[in-house]
Amino acid sequence: MTVTERQQLSYIAAQAADARVNLEIETEGMTLNIGPQHPATHGTLRIVAKLDGEQVVSADPVMGYMHRGYEKLAEVRTYPQVTTLINRIDWLGSFANEVPFILAAERLMGIEAPPRAQWIRTILFELSRIANITLFLGDMAVQVGAITPVFFAFRDREHVLNQIEAATGGRFHPNFDRIGGLKDDLPAGWVAETRQAMRKIRGFCDEIEELVQGNEIFQARTRGIGVIPPDVGLSYGLSGANIRASGVDWDVRRDSPCGLVHDQVDWKVWTHPDGDSFARFWVRLQETREATRIVDQLLDDIPPGPIMAKVPVIIKVPAGEAYVETENPLGVMGYYVVSKGDLNPFRVKIRSASFSNVSITPWLLKGVYVPDIITILGSLYFILGDIDR
Amino acid sequence: MIPLLAELSYWQITSIRVGAGLVAVLLVAGTLVYAHLFKMVSFMQSRLGPMEAGPYGSLQLLAEIGKFLQKEDIVPARADRFVFKAAPFVVLTSTFLLLVVLPGGPDAWFIANDLGIYLAMAVSSVSVIGILMAGWGSASKYSLLGGLRATGQLIAYELPLLLAVVGVVIQAETMNLQGIVLSQANGEIFGWGMIGNPFILTQFAGFAIFMIAMQAELTQTPFDMPVAESELVTGYMTEYSGLRFLLFFIGEFATAGVFSAIAAVLFLGGWYVPGLDPADNLFNVIGPLVLFGKVVVLTFVVFWVRFTFPRFREDQLQRLAWKFLVPLALANIVVTGVLKVLV
Repeated sequence: MTVTERQQLSYIAAQAADARVNLEIETEGMTLNIGPQHPATHGTLRIVAKLDGEQVVSADPVMGYMHRGYEKLAEVRTYPQVTTLINRIDWLGSFANEVPFILAAERLMGIEAPPRAQWIRTILFELSRIANITLFLGDMAVQVGAITPVFFAFRDREHVLNQIEAATGGRFHPNFDRIGGLKDDLPAGWVAETRQAMRKIRGFCDEIEELVQGNEIFQARTRGIGVIPPDVGLSYGLSGANIRASGVDWDVRRDSPCGLVHDQVDWKVWTHPDGDSFARFWVRLQETREATRIVDQLLDDIPPGPIMAKVPVIIKVPAGEAYVETENPLGVMGYYVVSKGDLNPFRVKIRSASFSNVSITPWLLKGVYVPDIITILGSLYFILGDIDR
Repeated sequence: MIPLLAELSYWQITSIRVGAGLVAVLLVAGTLVYAHLFKMVSFMQSRLGPMEAGPYGSLQLLAEIGKFLQKEDIVPARADRFVFKAAPFVVLTSTFLLLVVLPGGPDAWFIANDLGIYLAMAVSSVSVIGILMAGWGSASKYSLLGGLRATGQLIAYELPLLLAVVGVVIQAETMNLQGIVLSQANGEIFGWGMIGNPFILTQFAGFAIFMIAMQAELTQTPFDMPVAESELVTGYMTEYSGLRFLLFFIGEFATAGVFSAIAAVLFLGGWYVPGLDPADNLFNVIGPLVLFGKVVVLTFVVFWVRFTFPRFREDQLQRLAWKFLVPLALANIVVTGVLKVLV
């Protein structure tokens, strides 16, 4: 925290000095609208930045350009229909969106998916994490100016997407998770192919480590930029790799597992003490590697048996309330489902990770330079669908 | 002198030179765009690049030009119309003026100026004015930031660029680019004159500084903060469309080619290839091709770096220029001067 106070004091001093200069030469601030259509915002986030020269005086994110009303729409759909909607929240890791909702519905109904379904669910969950973060690893390089790594990211993400498509039939929006299990069993030969894909992803991670993370310019651009102290991060509700990069050892997969089988394998939660943009990149890179390890171990012993529990044909969820959260690619994602015993949920509250992750930007962007806005936004890694829902 | 050329009148020689200048700029720019931007980079990024227009997409360039010519030439409502419209021409003028002093062979030159390299360095600064005009005249905040960043950067990197040249000038004892080529062709390395004395060997520090500063002058990554497309949405070019954008585009790549040609003349022996007599009439024919080959090699490096590295932040690139490149270039001049006097 001492670092932050010093930073804030120096910032105040700098502002006072600037103000004196401004009074003398009467410079005016400039308001720069970053977005809603801007290449760095992955969609339609708008940031209203007040600039003094190239220094940001204040920055306010304006959300809601992509609001699609999924919470309300979920109220007029039956439980199996809801997964079609929530696939589109974090569109890069779609399968991971379905899992917490299905788990919440299962908890309300008091059923549990058979072990084989749980295993395959966890594998697909981790595959969608890899598909998602792979793109971040390339995209972060684009944010700081290197164009080539993102093509490598698209190239190698394809291996994972092929596996997701082979198992579920959908590249981006699988809609594969069912209350009580999964839609289908795995196709023949899938396990061996997935192992191969994991090997390729590990190769990609090595490549990115040398090409991007090891680059001096990349380090100069990201180290010490956008430092989030752990207590500030926690008070803003940050989660996922963003908070782990600040040294908070918190991962829902390990700390409060529910319905997924991460506790059956040997893996590690990576943290980084620095809390800057580089740390966030570093943690995500390690997590991608760790996810391939998890998948490899899970592939070793997928239990035999059915993939669907006994579930009535018409699903009516008994009255009650349930909140389930999982560690999604972008952070903690939770669904609070309220049921009145109908075919459709009475109320669904979606806690998406990016909404909280972006809410720290006014605090974080104060006093930085314009190029650093892009670095910080890139390293926070949000998906617009995940902010606005 | 080629006998044929000697009999031509002034206007005929001038027309030939104007035509040659146009070819030199447009052909070089076109080749670089196709060979480097379209194809080489595509292979680096594990894709094919254009494949449909002509064999291996070789006619893609014409398609692109056709596309840009069809587009509406939009001037923003609040823009300073004259400044906005004139800016791309100013930038392109600087490129053409740079070409004037370049020798392509013993007699294939535009003007034989004894202050050749001095003139080249001077006119290369004109493009700064064009970029500032574009940034200021667009009446767009992104363009303004880009234009101001470009101005600061280009002025900062003129200095190491110029200082890197001084070492070569000391060694060649002339500012005439033709003279620099000849002194490399006729030079000797410790009495061994088989390959002449390309200054890249004795002036390697100067060559490295020149290439880095050139990268910055061309606003290519890692020095592309002024056009940073992920934050400033291509900076001073944001508001341009149609023909004027095309002019900026040609200007960018033609300048890359011409700057590389200057680097080739200064450090790689220009139109000369070892083993032949530099006074040979043959060089008037193959000289331009040799120079072009060297340009392609140097621009390959430029584009290789461009598509590999992330970009520096504004303060970091200023620090690199003032705290590292300028002192190094000054030290290079001192060492070169001392050795010149002693040896």
